Amino acid sequence: MSVEEIGSVLSERFGDAIIEFVAAGLHPHAVVAAGRWHEVATFLRDDPRMGFNMLRSVSGVDRQAQNELEAVYDLIAMAPPEGSREGFWAARHALAVKVRTERANPHIPSVADVWPTADWHEREAYDLLGIVFDGHPDPVEDEAGRHPRRILCPDDWQGHALRKDYVFPEAYGGIPGRSEIDASKPVK
Amino acid sequence: MMNRAPVDILRPRWNPAYFRRAQRGLALVTLALVAGAVVGRLIAGALFGGHPPALILLSVLPALGAMITLAGLAALTFWRPIARFLRRFAVVVFYAAVVGLVALVWVVALAIDRVDGLARAMPGGELTTDAIYHGLPAAIRFRVVSWLLWPLQFPIVRDLIALVGIVGFINLFAAYAIWWERKVAGRIQSRLGPMRVGGWHGWAQSPADGIKLLGKEDLIPAGADRVLFRLAPYLAFVPAVCGFVALPFGSGWVFRDLDVALVFVLALVDIEVLGVILGGWSSDNKWSLLGAMREACQLVAYEIPMGMALLVPVMMIGTLSLTRIGDAQQYGWHSWLAFQNPFAFVAMVAYFIASLASCKRAPFDLPEAESELVAGFMTEYSGFRWCVFFFAEYAAMFIVSALCVTLFLGAWYSPLPASWGTGLANGGLAARAIHGVLFSGPLWFVAKSLFLIFMQMWLRWTLPRIRIDQVLYACVQVLLPLTMLVVLGQTLWQLLVTPGSAVAVIANVLCSLAGAVLLGGFYVLMAHGLLHRRRLVGALAVDHLPGA
Amino acid sequence: MSTRRTLQSAPDLLADLDAEAMDQGKLQTEEMLINMGPQHPSTHGVLRLVLRTDGEMVLETTPHIGYLHRCAEKIGESVAPYQYVPYTDRLDYLSAMNNNHAWSLTIEKLCGIQVPERASTIRIIMAELNRIASHLVSLGTYGLDMGAFTPFLYTFREREYILDLFEAVCGARLTYSYITPGGVTDDLTEDFVDRCRAFLDYFVPKPAEYNQLLSYNHIFIERTAGVGVISPRDAIAWGLTGTCLRATGVKWDLRKCLAYDIYDRFEFEVPVGLPEGGVMPVPPGMPPVVVPAGVVVGDSWTRYALRIVEMYWSAHIVRQALDRLPAGEYRAKVPRTLKLPEAEIYFEAENPRGQLGFYVVGNGTSIPSRVKVRGPCFNNLSIVSHVCRDCLLADIPAIVGSIDIVLGEVDR
Repeated sequence: MSVEEIGSVLSERFGDAIIEFVAAGLHPHAVVAAGRWHEVATFLRDDPRMGFNMLRSVSGVDRQAQNELEAVYDLIAMAPPEGSREGFWAARHALAVKVRTERANPHIPSVADVWPTADWHEREAYDLLGIVFDGHPDPVEDEAGRHPRRILCPDDWQGHALRKDYVFPEAYGGIPGRSEIDASKPVK
Repeated sequence: MMNRAPVDILRPRWNPAYFRRAQRGLALVTLALVAGAVVGRLIAGALFGGHPPALILLSVLPALGAMITLAGLAALTFWRPIARFLRRFAVVVFYAAVVGLVALVWVVALAIDRVDGLARAMPGGELTTDAIYHGLPAAIRFRVVSWLLWPLQFPIVRDLIALVGIVGFINLFAAYAIWWERKVAGRIQSRLGPMRVGGWHGWAQSPADGIKLLGKEDLIPAGADRVLFRLAPYLAFVPAVCGFVALPFGSGWVFRDLDVALVFVLALVDIEVLGVILGGWSSDNKWSLLGAMREACQLVAYEIPMGMALLVPVMMIGTLSLTRIGDAQQYGWHSWLAFQNPFAFVAMVAYFIASLASCKRAPFDLPEAESELVAGFMTEYSGFRWCVFFFAEYAAMFIVSALCVTLFLGAWYSPLPASWGTGLANGGLAARAIHGVLFSGPLWFVAKSLFLIFMQMWLRWTLPRIRIDQVLYACVQVLLPLTMLVVLGQTLWQLLVTPGSAVAVIANVLCSLAGAVLLGGFYVLMAHGLLHRRRLVGALAVDHLPGA
Repeated sequence: MSTRRTLQSAPDLLADLDAEAMDQGKLQTEEMLINMGPQHPSTHGVLRLVLRTDGEMVLETTPHIGYLHRCAEKIGESVAPYQYVPYTDRLDYLSAMNNNHAWSLTIEKLCGIQVPERASTIRIIMAELNRIASHLVSLGTYGLDMGAFTPFLYTFREREYILDLFEAVCGARLTYSYITPGGVTDDLTEDFVDRCRAFLDYFVPKPAEYNQLLSYNHIFIERTAGVGVISPRDAIAWGLTGTCLRATGVKWDLRKCLAYDIYDRFEFEVPVGLPEGGVMPVPPGMPPVVVPAGVVVGDSWTRYALRIVEMYWSAHIVRQALDRLPAGEYRAKVPRTLKLPEAEIYFEAENPRGQLGFYVVGNGTSIPSRVKVRGPCFNNLSIVSHVCRDCLLADIPAIVGSIDIVLGEVDR
């Protein structure tokens, strides 16, 4: 199926949930509303025309100008060889899905039950950007609410490092984070 | 050669102040000891009438001490020329040291023998120095010698010397077995092993490592059981040393000729398990605990097939005494117990495998598996304590190899029948030396044990590690039924086959041939490797290391 | 003895105890929480595995990562693409050429840069040589984990010759920064082709030696066959790529399925996991690799053996590349400050450990506004908590070692 056909199937099926569909360019993607993302994800995986069985990557992006946080899901449909068990699997089609949410209170439904790959990727997106994935299989409850457990930074780290307005902490657990010289310089 | 060598930035620079202090201290101690020896001689003569023990205590011992400190002072002062000499002639020095040690042991044994002979000739009472003096051969007829030999008539002194010999042997053997293992490992892994320390092939690596380990910080983990933590290495090491008490190195070269020597040695080797378990448990470390638990499992499990395999030669000779089992194999290659019948041969192989497991050697080295447990039960041990554990392991390796040699592979007899050498055995010193080298003697015993230890090392660096459940499976479901079958077979053989009959002779010949072929095969492999080493290592190999 | 999945670790001592008491948790069983790492000889880097064990049986494994996190993605937002190449070296530091290759291809696709054929061929030579080097490390350390100390030294001996070749070309042994957007930084040395051919002649008999020493060793097979079996469905669902995916029987290799650079001009086979008795395809003239009895598709032995066969094929590709090396430029003309268009791209390349992906968002300036590194080992490692359950403690290094992770890529 070509990317345009995928776009039309999705728009037909989900209507408003597909906010935007960009078929041309180096990175064809669909922008999906956060509320219905889980439904769309299940459809993308299970529908025989779609068949997106591998989630390659979940990238969190900080769109500071638009005051949004965005999660970009890169999907690919790998089809087993027709007929015989020998032979290469084919790459049917590849698509990216962008789910955007507001910066102040970012929540996106977790798709870790659809693609288990998303488990760790979503933890990383939370850790580095602060996107809270609701329904994540490894949640932690603290004063920031219920969110996925951090993966790269220590569990008690403050702040989300990949945000554009992130300021490195002065110290962590007694280890100095920024020197006095650093503190006097403006943060880019 | 030294002049062309580049400046070695790793060479230790000694603090000159400490150096001078050491020299002064040694010189003072030497002078004091010499003075003490002279004064002691006078006192011994005046107060004790030249009675030998007084002479020895007051005069001979201080004199010996003075000689040792003087040698130390000379080594310290002239270390540069000595180091140059050692570097240049390291090979010669090394082999000379080996030969010298062997000669020393032989001389002491001869002295004991001689004194023993004289004491028996003396009807009751003590042997006096005069009697010894007159009993000496002309070449060494000196008063000093008779003073030195006088204590040897007392069994307690003989026992002490033998114990010193045993402990010295174990320590030297363990130290140099570690060096040898590193060289063997290096060669198998297409590299050279230690090369720097001491010059020729890093022969001084072991003493250097020993000195380093002695100087390490004495660490005991915070939550460890202090008493047991300190006790555990010795619980592992001491039984291994005690095992040597009943181990015969040659005819008459045994500390105590026990009737139940085999069971004694096996029991002592088993006590080592206690040391390992305590070491693992008292370390306050889950990984050590796991290693200790695995170890307990493995050792105890493998004692059974080990014991059963050892039953075969016991049944053949009908005694547990190691000296008698050894003596039964003096008639040449074909009389070695492994080659008597196929069951004995298989029993030897089964025993060897079980002994690998009992020594925690690869492929059964789970308790000290590096990749899983860091160092198993030895994780928290460092410095001298770790050294003791390691020595215990190598001592145990020697004991189990020695048992295999004694019970299956002809003990201290050469492949030539001992009857061919009776003439030499009764001749003079030189003849007896040749007899020891050709027909029977501790050299053969140690050489054969070293061969088996080489086999153990070879296996360690070739095979991967077996998992604990597979280890126990191999023990209970493979080795144990095998040894049971072998014991049964041996029983039936002894009942049904008369010695000397055609069946027995054919079996003997076939097994001897098989053994000879295997041994020959080993040498052929060695030659092949030596001749083709370039091709095996690779066309792009470089021969020597810079700085070696 | 071969089946080991349903193993009873302890005799049924609890058989005569009250079942009710057990259910209500009144019975105290001895479960230990063991920490494996971050410093541990067999976790291949700073990885912390928390194991909940009952004696020797591991009930649950929880990996904790992040000990090697060096903010590679944040750095990507403050340096230009050309300056980012050394950072890509340090992701999976054992296959730096492949990382550079993936990054360079991403930027070239984003900016529409055409690379001359000589440069592409050189890149493929370097990438495949690095694949061999990386697999050599993987095999050697895996043998070391299993207690076979010797193959480790042999594989590193071979790797030294590859590192000598790399040093001749770019001066570095581990982090090359040689393949950059536009081509390569410098041309090959004059004797490179001959030396490389000599190396290939020397190297090609070696995997057969490793097979003899390790792969077909009965003890090794007992340790790794049937251990850590991953099904193809699980592999795709958990995002496994590379050898781990192919070991489960899924014949998927980016160099063939979504051919990038000039890989479509080379002839090579891609081995997949086969059941026992299967013969893995090897280049003509090589001894075949036959799957021994006891091996299951998707187990640790298969993952290990595939790397050996891939080394054969990488050597085959390098030979073809050396034969067809055209004359020409080794770099395209790339402006000094490369302005990225206002576009984005996600591109993946086949690294020795899986598919390394870069998601780059350009904003019209010379510095990207987002660089996301999709490390293959990140996904490969995530399956450990799913696979390392109800296995023996000694199986953990077997599984983790066969998945072949490098923490630089997991943590970035």
